[in-house]
Amino acid sequence: MYNIAVMGDRDSIYGFAALGLEIFPYYGNEQDAVKQLRHLCEGNYAIIYITEALAEILEDEIDKVRENPLPAIILIPGVSGNTGKGMKSVKISVEQAVGSDIIFNG
Amino acid sequence: MASTQVNPTRMELTRLKKKLSTAIRGHKLLKDKRDELMRQFLELVRENKALREKVEKGIEAANKNFVLAGALMQDEVLNAALLAPKQSVSVEAGSKNVMSVEIPVFEYKTRLADENDIYSYGFAFTSGDLDDAVKSLSEVFPDMLRLAECEKSCQLMAAEIEKTRRRVNALEHVMIPQTRESIKYITMKLDENERSTQIRLMKVKDMMIKEVIEEKHSKAAQG
Repeated sequence: MYNIAVMGDRDSIYGFAALGLEIFPYYGNEQDAVKQLRHLCEGNYAIIYITEALAEILEDEIDKVRENPLPAIILIPGVSGNTGKGMKSVKISVEQAVGSDIIFNG
Repeated sequence: MASTQVNPTRMELTRLKKKLSTAIRGHKLLKDKRDELMRQFLELVRENKALREKVEKGIEAANKNFVLAGALMQDEVLNAALLAPKQSVSVEAGSKNVMSVEIPVFEYKTRLADENDIYSYGFAFTSGDLDDAVKSLSEVFPDMLRLAECEKSCQLMAAEIEKTRRRVNALEHVMIPQTRESIKYITMKLDENERSTQIRLMKVKDMMIKEVIEEKHSKAAQG
């Protein structure tokens, strides 16, 4: 049995608490966020949703677990809007597999 | 000549021939694996893209509702309303083997039997927008789960495709031509050895015949 975690700035994620997901708000301390993410990756979490804004900061950490079977780190848009970083991660997968981007045409 | 030093012996030749046939077989298999992985990957990635668009739109709509709710209510009340969630979700993570890539399969279970039982607050002190917000988020949640599954599968498959492609290329452009070259070199060398032995034997035979003829001639001259 695994849990689902949501990381990001508080305003973007507090709603997920109502659904029964575990939320881990980010208050602006980068070190803490990195530690938190590492802790979650080692813990009993199958899916970690991270807002795009926070993912920008934690990029290196996210790349480290990219090829592990679990957890799945999924980017979601935050309350400040969609930065397109989530789509970009799909694009990166396509580029890695095919060699060039044939899905998004650009 | 082959880039690596090989012994031009029959034993080495047999060994190399075996190696070549294995390499060709492996190359064919890996190529098939790559093609099939690629086909499945493209299917999955298209789904991934569609799901992501849907989820991003859903979350954006939910976020709008949350902002609205936040504007109408005091922070403390809002926090209190969502402080103790009623529902909790856990995930069962299985795995599915697709062309030797283990891709995850998520199945979620809610603690309370009724999935719609998500409002952890009394309705008296909260704004109706909060209900809408929570509801819109809960509607997008199954898609988010599917997105997680899909996106992780894509990432894992992309890594595997990259690896397989490298192997295929290494076999096709390095291993197989090199082995062929070595085999050619050995065959040439062995043939050359054989010819030189043959020539030597012919020379020896010629010399022997000449000796016999000369002996006969000298005997005839004496007699």
